[in-house]
Amino acid sequence: MHELGIAQNILQIVQQSVAKELEADVREIRLRVGRLSGIVPDSLEFCFSAIVNETGMQRARLRIEQVPIISRCKECSHRFQMDDWGFSCPECKSVSLELISGRELEVVEIELADGSDEAV
Amino acid sequence: MSVITIERKVLEKNEQIAQRNRELFEQRGILVLNFVSSPGAGKTSILEKTFQELRGAMKIAVIEGDVQTDLDAQRVARYGVSVVQIVTLGGCHLEAKLVADALGSLQLDGLDLLFIENVGNLVCPANYDLGEALKVVVLSTTEGEDKPLKYPAMFLNSSVLIINKTDLIPYAHCDLNALKRNALQINPALRVFEVSCFTGTGITEWCDWLRKKDLSGL
Repeated sequence: MHELGIAQNILQIVQQSVAKELEADVREIRLRVGRLSGIVPDSLEFCFSAIVNETGMQRARLRIEQVPIISRCKECSHRFQMDDWGFSCPECKSVSLELISGRELEVVEIELADGSDEAV
Repeated sequence: MSVITIERKVLEKNEQIAQRNRELFEQRGILVLNFVSSPGAGKTSILEKTFQELRGAMKIAVIEGDVQTDLDAQRVARYGVSVVQIVTLGGCHLEAKLVADALGSLQLDGLDLLFIENVGNLVCPANYDLGEALKVVVLSTTEGEDKPLKYPAMFLNSSVLIINKTDLIPYAHCDLNALKRNALQINPALRVFEVSCFTGTGITEWCDWLRKKDLSGL
């Protein structure tokens, strides 16, 4: 529901990471988005496309890697992916779990076109 | 093509400000609770009952967050607590910067408790740290016992669950045990209180817990 603000944060982070004169070369912004982050990828892409033209990065696109919810059982150390919200260990049924992944919301890397790419 | 490695959290700015808020609260010994729920679950009513119960015993302030109006600030101001209203003008959650700015309007000296009443919304506020000690999620019996399963992130990120409107259980056909089971399935560490702001049931137990300011086990 707040993907517009998130898209603005992403563009700010990219602008802080590349020189102004290179902004036009940004082609891809790679994100890691956990399934517990509350972010809907389609909605984020829509919001991003709505505001990216106001920056110097008109040719930039998002590439979103969705990160599954993975937990480790504190009782039997079993690691497992959760597809629904049965928050218990499928091996020993313990509810004492440690969340390994799923909360991510990160800008991982940026791909830039080089001058030579433009010639092709 | 060339690749630049970034590895930065999208919400890092919010988290940095939240951390500064948290340090300020800890230095001053203020217990800060971030109240979250759907609209109409009874956050403000619980605060009103809490102020009545703790009047004279603890010094309390409130930050009210709403999309529009200062109606909630007007309600709680009647109890003599220090209050500041944040109007988000459409924003679906409070952010740490809004809280940091609001602190300038509050009298923090000698404060025991600060309640931050978030925008009514079971989705977005789950993901924004404000610098609070913990989140308190309020769920009313009229909302249905399935809500923890439908909005798991909020229940996972909260430490306390207040089930409100217990007086309406017979009329709402709410299965209280199923509600608690669903919430504890998402987060077995939740500390659960059952209250009715209408009859006052459970308010004393909740306020006794606040008086102790004891977060151990949460």
